[in-house]
Amino acid sequence: MKLTQISIFLENKSGRLYEACTLLGENDINIRALTVAESADFGILRIVVDKPNEALSLLKENGFASNSTKIVAVEVEDTPGGLSDILKVFSENEINVEYMYGFVEKFREEALLVFRFENTEKALEVLKKNHIKAITEGDIVDL
Amino acid sequence: MIWNKKMECAVPGDLKNIFSDRLKDIVEFIYQNNPLYKEKLDKAGVVPSDIKNIDDLSKLPFTTKDDMRISYPFKLFSSPLNKISEIHVSSGTTGNPTVVGYTKDDLKLWAEVMARTLCCAGAEPGDILQNAYGYGLFTGGLGLHYGALEMGLTVIPASSGQTKRQLKLMMDFKPRILSCTPSYVLYMAEEAREMGLDPRESSWEIGVFGAEPWSDLMRNEIEDTWNILATDIYGLSEIIGPGVAQECSYKDGLHIFWDVFYPEIINPDTDEPVEDGEAGELVVTTFTKQGIPLLRYRTRDIVSINYQKCRCGRTSPRISKIKGRTDDMIIVRGINVFPSQIEHVLLGIEGTQPHYQIVVDRKSGELDELEILVEVEEKIFSDEIKHLRALEEKIRKEIESVLGVFVKVKLVEPKTIERSMGKAKRVVDQRVL
Repeated sequence: MKLTQISIFLENKSGRLYEACTLLGENDINIRALTVAESADFGILRIVVDKPNEALSLLKENGFASNSTKIVAVEVEDTPGGLSDILKVFSENEINVEYMYGFVEKFREEALLVFRFENTEKALEVLKKNHIKAITEGDIVDL
Repeated sequence: MIWNKKMECAVPGDLKNIFSDRLKDIVEFIYQNNPLYKEKLDKAGVVPSDIKNIDDLSKLPFTTKDDMRISYPFKLFSSPLNKISEIHVSSGTTGNPTVVGYTKDDLKLWAEVMARTLCCAGAEPGDILQNAYGYGLFTGGLGLHYGALEMGLTVIPASSGQTKRQLKLMMDFKPRILSCTPSYVLYMAEEAREMGLDPRESSWEIGVFGAEPWSDLMRNEIEDTWNILATDIYGLSEIIGPGVAQECSYKDGLHIFWDVFYPEIINPDTDEPVEDGEAGELVVTTFTKQGIPLLRYRTRDIVSINYQKCRCGRTSPRISKIKGRTDDMIIVRGINVFPSQIEHVLLGIEGTQPHYQIVVDRKSGELDELEILVEVEEKIFSDEIKHLRALEEKIRKEIESVLGVFVKVKLVEPKTIERSMGKAKRVVDQRVL
């Protein structure tokens, strides 16, 4: 139920985000979700794509410092309070979220959120127990 | 005034016998007292009796920074440790720092050449000197101090830093002479303006600035800003510290005290002497030092030399401002920084491959800054900002503890540091000197 997220190190200078995205676009890799974390001098572009293995080797070949991390994408009801309901479960079970962001598109009329947990395995157990659905790699391709 | 007219204004031909006698004596002294040097001379096939006069100097082998490094800490001393009165330390290329020892007589020599230096800059007995060079293992602070005592100045041993206090000392005690690094005096101007002071109204009339490279452009800026005579001082701890050469008020080259620190200028590639007036590496032989006397020490500083008599009356030759270095050492706020030291730290931090670059910058009115760019390799990359920040912090702290100077660390993308001939360019000096 884990998905692969690709992280890319970007120096804080103009054009780098563009270059990374162009590289993926030209090679027919579709970005499903993304976020940029930033500090004063550098940023980290985190993406979920349809072809993660291909994307990762492509990025490395082109000199981007990048790696992959396991994340969990969860369907969240697209109504007020939808996110809060999910977070409540995490909070009650002491699941620590390192960071999170949203998918670009909806999935079966639900919103899709990406979570990076401190302890992914434990988080998956809690999700299962609470009947919250984490989506699969296959779902991503079909989006 | 000229502190030692006999030596500083002698007809050069008259000094030749003194040079020859001193050279013979020091070679004999070193040969008898330092086993490492004896071995070096034996290997070069030179015995003291081969040295009959100053023209035989070129028969002697060079002494290098590497000799200093391998002799750590005391093996290059020619006097026993119980005759050493003071020890100073400066940074070395890797690992071991450079250690120098002064006998009681060496300290007298240091006071003498520093008295000459201060007089050369224009100090008069009775003046007050605010000495804002660092006191401690660095030779700057104590060197100026000893010279000032010798020539009869009143010293304010302010040491470096604490700018507001420096300015208060200046306003309240009205010193006429200031000694510090050239970048620090410009930095103090900013602080002075913030305190509502007009730098041009300061009590300082003469500045003795050195321990880092600077240009005539920077001199103009200092003189305009502070309404002061800005003179250049040259020295290195291996030779004595400050007090090797100093500009007079004509600011047309630095008078080198050649009766004790004998200069040669060589082509660093061929080791042959350059034509008169041409630039080359300054090589110095210490004629009278006992603690750690050095024969033909290669300073790695590129200068030219002028043997013409100066308008000030001194006949001692004048070296130019430093035009460059033969190695990649950089001097930042009086501290020697070698890229190899940084490489050492990066190698020691797990996963960091040493693709790095040192950027030295000097923004107007600020102190020199060192920024270390480190390429992010896959091994050290993380999807979390906090891990990368922690890595930056770790690199920064370790480099600072090795160099003893504040640095900034910046992570950059792989393969973005400029490489020439496959080798990364290690130092980018952006300082407008």
